[in-house]
Amino acid sequence: MLPDAKLPTGPMAEKWDNHKFDMKLVNPANKRRFKIIVVGSGLAGSSAAATFGELGYQVEVFTFHDSPRRAHSIAAQGGINAAKNYRNDGDSVYRLFYDTVKGGDYRAREANVYRLAQVSVNIIDQMAAQGVPFAREYGGLLDNRSFGGAQVSRTFYARGQTGQQLLLGAYQQMMRQVHLGKVKLHTKKEMLDVVVKDGEACGIVTRDLVTGQVEAHSGHAVVLATGGYGNVFYLSTNAMACNVTAAWRAHRKGAFFANPCYTQIHPTCIPASDEFQSKLTLMSESLRNDGRIWVPRNPDETRPADQIPEADRYYFLEEKYPAFGNLVPRDVASRNAKMVVDQGLGVGPLKNGVYLDFVDAINRDSAEVIEEKYGNLLQMYERITGEDPYKTPMRIYPATHYTMGGLWVDYNLMTTIPGLYAAGEANFSDHGANRLGASALMQGLADGYFVLPYTIGDYLAPRLQKKLVDTSDEVFTTAVAGVQDQTARFMSIGGTRSPDHFHRELGKLVWDYIGMARNATGLEKAISEIKALKDEFWADLRVLGTADSLNSSLEKAGRIADFFELAELMARDALDRRESCGGHFREESQTEDNEALRDDENFAHVSAWEWNGTDQPQTKHAEQLVFEEVHLTQRSYK
Amino acid sequence: MSNTLNLTLNIWRQDSPNSAGRFETYKAPGIPEDASFLEMLDLVNEALIAEGKVPIEFPHDCREGICGTCGVMINGRAHGPERGTATCQLHMRKFSDGDTIDVEPWRAAAFPVIRDLVVDRSPLDAIIEAGGYISAPTGTAQDANDTPIPKEVADSAMDAAACIGCGACVAACPNSAAQLFTAAKVWHLNSLPQGQPERYRRAQNMVETMELFFGSCTNHGECSEACPKEISQDFIAYLNRDHMKAKIFNRKLASQR
Repeated sequence: MLPDAKLPTGPMAEKWDNHKFDMKLVNPANKRRFKIIVVGSGLAGSSAAATFGELGYQVEVFTFHDSPRRAHSIAAQGGINAAKNYRNDGDSVYRLFYDTVKGGDYRAREANVYRLAQVSVNIIDQMAAQGVPFAREYGGLLDNRSFGGAQVSRTFYARGQTGQQLLLGAYQQMMRQVHLGKVKLHTKKEMLDVVVKDGEACGIVTRDLVTGQVEAHSGHAVVLATGGYGNVFYLSTNAMACNVTAAWRAHRKGAFFANPCYTQIHPTCIPASDEFQSKLTLMSESLRNDGRIWVPRNPDETRPADQIPEADRYYFLEEKYPAFGNLVPRDVASRNAKMVVDQGLGVGPLKNGVYLDFVDAINRDSAEVIEEKYGNLLQMYERITGEDPYKTPMRIYPATHYTMGGLWVDYNLMTTIPGLYAAGEANFSDHGANRLGASALMQGLADGYFVLPYTIGDYLAPRLQKKLVDTSDEVFTTAVAGVQDQTARFMSIGGTRSPDHFHRELGKLVWDYIGMARNATGLEKAISEIKALKDEFWADLRVLGTADSLNSSLEKAGRIADFFELAELMARDALDRRESCGGHFREESQTEDNEALRDDENFAHVSAWEWNGTDQPQTKHAEQLVFEEVHLTQRSYK
Repeated sequence: MSNTLNLTLNIWRQDSPNSAGRFETYKAPGIPEDASFLEMLDLVNEALIAEGKVPIEFPHDCREGICGTCGVMINGRAHGPERGTATCQLHMRKFSDGDTIDVEPWRAAAFPVIRDLVVDRSPLDAIIEAGGYISAPTGTAQDANDTPIPKEVADSAMDAAACIGCGACVAACPNSAAQLFTAAKVWHLNSLPQGQPERYRRAQNMVETMELFFGSCTNHGECSEACPKEISQDFIAYLNRDHMKAKIFNRKLASQR
C-alpha cells in the first residue's frame, strides 16, 4: 500500500502555512537528544545539515567526496529561480507555481510545487545574507536573466557558476556548524545500506573508501540527499561518481521508487566525439537567451556556418514556437534537436549536433557584453572542442542531465520508510515529468533550508523516549555483513572485463531504448538485453587491487550493479506509462505535429514501485494527482 | 576520428600513505588528441586492467573544471602546461607525438598521499571551518535587495569566490603555503557588506589555522600561475592587510574583556 501523501487541506496558498502550524515541535532543549544522519553534501544535504545544526540537533554528515564542497551541485551553471518580481514583469508565487506545474507537463503534485514557489523568495534572501556573490547591476541591486519555459526574468545567477556559489554558501554554513560541534563530518565514506528496525529507519552502513572499513552508524532519522541517477546513461553531464546507490539501497529496503522513467535530456551540451569520451559537458541553458539555434536547410550543406545565408538556415525553434522561440522548455528543445538530426540536418563531423549561434547577439550587444554574461562557458567550449565560439557557431546536442524520478516522498519529504527522508534530486516530488531550468538549485535549497527543518521535527517529537539503536544490534550486524559479502563477491568474480566496460555497454542500451524517444518494442528489448548484460556483469567482472584500500574499480562495481537494476525498472516504468509527458516521449502517443500527447484519463498519477526481492519485478502503486488550481491542457509554447 | 599520439608516461605509484612510492613507466599508444588528460589516464587504466595489472588511482569527478577534485603535477607543473586550466580540462592536443610525460601527485607535506596520485586535502576544509563563512542562520535574512552592493565590489568578491579548492596553489608553492586559497575566501567574504561584522575575527582565525598546516608565503607568485581559475595574487595583499589589522583590533578587544 502507498501511504497517504499527507497533503494539507485548505486553499493552495495556505496549505504550507497551515501545515507548519499543525506540525508538532521539539523544544530547543530536547533537540540535542536527537541524532540526524544526512547522506550527501550537495545543496540539499549541506543546507539541511547546517539548519539542523542551528536548530540544535546532533547531525552527522556523510559524503564519499574528500570534501563536502565537491558535491555535483557545484557544477550547475545558469541560475536559480525565485518569484521576487524584481523586474516588475508580472512574476508572482502563483506564476512560478503555474509555470513549474505546466513545465512538468502536469505530472507534479500541486501542493509541493506551490510550497517550492513560496519559499523560493526566502532562498535568495538567505543566500545573499550568506555572501553569495550574485550578479548585480550598477545600482547594486540583483540582476536577473530569463530561462526556458518562462516569460518572465526570474533567474538569479553568479556568472556561469551559480551552483558553485550556492553550494559554497551552504557548505560554509555547514562548516560553521562543524566548528561549533553541532555537525560531525565524515568524508570519503560511501553509504551502502539503510538500516531499518521495527519498520523505522535507524541508521546506515558505510564503507570507508580509504581503509575499506565497513561501519554502522545509528541515528533517529536519516536524510538521503544523494542526487540523481543520470549516470545510468554512462554518458551524461553528471560527475563521474554520481550514482543511484544510496537511493537504490533504500529502495531495496522498502522505500518506493517513483517515476524512474522521467529523465531529462538537456538540449545544450557539447556533442559526443568518440568512444573514449567519459562525459558530456553542459553548456548552460542561459545561452539560449542570446544564442539562436539553427541547422542548414540542406542536408548536403558543405559551406562553413558563417557563409550560409539566412534563407538557407532553419531556425527550427523560432519557426515552430514563435511565442517562446529558443526558450521553449528543455524537453521540447531536445526533442526538436533530435528531430532535425534524425532528418539528416545535423552539423559537425559526425552530423550529430545543431548550431547555437551568437553572431546576432554579438552584433547587437558587442562581444564584450556576451563575454561578460557567458565568458567562462564560451571559454570552456573552446578548451574542449578547440573551436572559437565568438567566430564559429557552437555545436550542441542534447545529453542526459537530470532525473525527475526518485524516491517517493510524502509532503513532509518522508519516504515510505518512516524516519527516512529524501531531499533534492534524490526525491521525485516537484518537477513532474520535466524540470524547468534554474529549478534544481531552488528545490535543493528549499528542501534543505525551509522544508526538512520543519517536517523532521514532526516525526521526532513523539519519539523523545526512543533510544538510538545500538550498532551491535542484529539489524546493524546483518547489514554490515551484507555489505562485506557484496564487496567480497566483487573481488572474487575474477572475470575479464572492467567495470567501465559494463557501464558503457549499459549506457548505450539505456540511451538507445530509454532515451529521448521510447516505444513498446524497444522497451521490451531493453528489458531482456539489460538482464543479459547484467548476467555477464556478475560472471565476467574484473576488479583488481584489494578491498582494504582506495579502489575505484570496486566503488564503481557496486554502483554499476545498482544501475543495472534501476535501468530495468526505468524500462518497466516507461513501458507501463503508455502516454507521452515531458521528458518521457512514447512514440505511440504524439500529436499530429509530433508533440508529447498525454493521457490524463489513465496516467495522471505518480507511479511508485515497490521492491519485491532480487530478480522479482517490482509492484506498481499509483498516487492519483489531483489538480485544484491548474487547468490541464495540451502544453503549447507556440 | 582525431589524430593520435604515442606517449610514454612516468607515473607515481604508491600503495598506501605509509608505503614507499616509485615511478613506473607506461607506454600509452594511440591516444586521441581530442581526449582530455583524464580520459588519457582512463585509456591507460583500461589497458592495465586488460593486462591484469592494478589500475592507477587518480583524483577526478566533475571533469568540467569546477569541482576541484582533480589535479596532478604534469611535468612538474600543477595542472600541467595550459594556463588557467584544471587537469580535467587539459586536452591531449596540447601535447606532441612521442612526448614523455611525468605525472605525480600534489607535492606538499600538508597533503599526504593516500594512494598513487590521490592526496588528502582535508586541511583546506579546516581553514574554512575556522571562519570561512558569514554567520547567517536560516530564517534571519532580510530582503536580498535591502543591501545594495556596488557591482565592482560584487564582481571582485566573485573573482575571489571562483576558487575551486583544488590545492594547486599549495602544490605549486615552493613553501607549500596556502595563502592564495585562504586569501581568496577571506577576500570574498571580507569585501562584502554582509561580511563586515566578522571581518577581523575571520582573518585572524583562518590565518592561524592555515599556519598549523602550511608553510609561509614569501611572494613567489607560483600559486596564481598554477591556479586553474587564475585567482590574483593581489588577494594575498588584502589578506595580509586584514590579518595585520586583526591582530591590532582583536588585541584591543581582548584587553577590554
